[in-house]
Amino acid sequence: MIDSGATAFILVCTALVMLMTPGVGLFYGGLVRRKNFISMIALSFIAFALVSIQWVICGYSLAFGADISGLIGSLEYTFLQGVGMEGDRIPDLLFAAFQMVFAGLTLAIVTSGVAERIKLSSFVVFGLLWTTLVYDPLAHWAWGGGWAAQFGALDFAGGTVVHISSGFSALALALVIGKRLGFGGHGMEPNSIPMVLLGGALLWFGWFGFNAGSALAADGLAANAFIATNIAAASGALAWLCAAWVRGRPGSVGIISGAIAGLVAITPAAGSVTPMAAIPIGAAAGLVCYGALLFRVREGLDESLDAWAIHGMGGIFGALATGVFAVAAIGGVDGLLYGNPGQLLIQAVDVAVVVAYSFGATYVIAKVIDAAMGLRVTEEEEYVGLDIAQHGESVRV
Amino acid sequence: MSDWTSPSTVSPCGCEVVRMKMVTAVIRPEMFDAVRAALEADGIYGMTVSEVMGRGAQKGIALKFRGKTVPVELIPKVKIEMVVKDADVGRVIGICRANGRTGKPGDGRIFVLPVESICRVRTDLEDPEEA
Repeated sequence: MIDSGATAFILVCTALVMLMTPGVGLFYGGLVRRKNFISMIALSFIAFALVSIQWVICGYSLAFGADISGLIGSLEYTFLQGVGMEGDRIPDLLFAAFQMVFAGLTLAIVTSGVAERIKLSSFVVFGLLWTTLVYDPLAHWAWGGGWAAQFGALDFAGGTVVHISSGFSALALALVIGKRLGFGGHGMEPNSIPMVLLGGALLWFGWFGFNAGSALAADGLAANAFIATNIAAASGALAWLCAAWVRGRPGSVGIISGAIAGLVAITPAAGSVTPMAAIPIGAAAGLVCYGALLFRVREGLDESLDAWAIHGMGGIFGALATGVFAVAAIGGVDGLLYGNPGQLLIQAVDVAVVVAYSFGATYVIAKVIDAAMGLRVTEEEEYVGLDIAQHGESVRV
Repeated sequence: MSDWTSPSTVSPCGCEVVRMKMVTAVIRPEMFDAVRAALEADGIYGMTVSEVMGRGAQKGIALKFRGKTVPVELIPKVKIEMVVKDADVGRVIGICRANGRTGKPGDGRIFVLPVESICRVRTDLEDPEEA
């Protein structure tokens, strides 16, 4: 039976989540140097377009087809065969569309690791392989009836599937492609902080669709996820603000990064914890991610736009926090604080496997593409900037 | 050209008055921080800085796209303008060279021009030593 309320709500949420992908593009575009501004935004659109087509051809089926040994879905839904206007509360087509925008967003986040130096053709090949070999299995594990779901791991809206996977994949990719020319020596300040803030605003806005929509119904659980999402974002922003203030003048990029850290951490938890639990989850995520960012900078790692620090580490923290703060009254499962320490262990195992798989598989894919066609543009192209070198366009001074 | 002097090089009384030069350095944007810091360490504080586009003898950079050459006609540069005493010109040029150089085409140019006069806006003084 189709529920018109749920259907209307998820239609809107799907559009909200779609807006997060160019939101990531604007966020990243503002962070890079002006010569790569267009490239970063373009990569997010390309990621979204690629995954949209891959998803309806085979991605949806690999993620949500009948389970094969807990690892991957069958090919029964390729080309959306058998995915129609009927469904459980919402049409199957709408469920496929809702999941499609998540997959597109995730690939856009991964572009952080190759900012300002990726060859466009290699990104297209990488994106198709990555979404097929990394994202689709992870989505199946958590949501498609795979081993993680059978094991009892909680991932309401994609803490492991979207955030740990994109963050650790960005790190693996950054290690394979290498540092940007002049990294550590030349100034690489953001070219447009207002654009970063605009992208952050779109992310915060779209995240309501991301988390509340993951209830897959217009109900109380959606409302719980909605308010928990906002609380965690606010709490994360304030925590990062305070931590940065102690060290000096608190930058606005840090404040919006703190909000995103909070949003990442509440993503797996939004359907399992009370709204009040979102305050400590968001605040701690802000501090964890700020610490991870400082570590990344200190180590001289050029995971350029901090998807690892914010999505990767925030995702790990959020998945573990879900095992701590989960309460049966919200999502039907208790966590450590409500007398079920086993849930934290389940979460930890899930995290460890997803970290290892997303990092390892991405590393291998990136190495293969690098050997086959080269991941990186030439030195001269990198110097001139990807806007001109890859797109023949430039932001006028 | 060689015996050209600016109108004020010799004052009506016949004595030398020009003691200042404008040094314009057009350099790579990514080298600017190092050049500025080195100039500052040497006591050169005053400067006007602009982001500019330019090209030199190579007519920009030629990139390859599908085997064809794609010219990038103009490359972003930073232009630093400094008005310094004649005696400091050599040092300023040396600092810009030492800190702005990569050794590849595109490191930039330095131009030295005579300065006719300097007026400070805050006061009515018109003397390079005071201004």
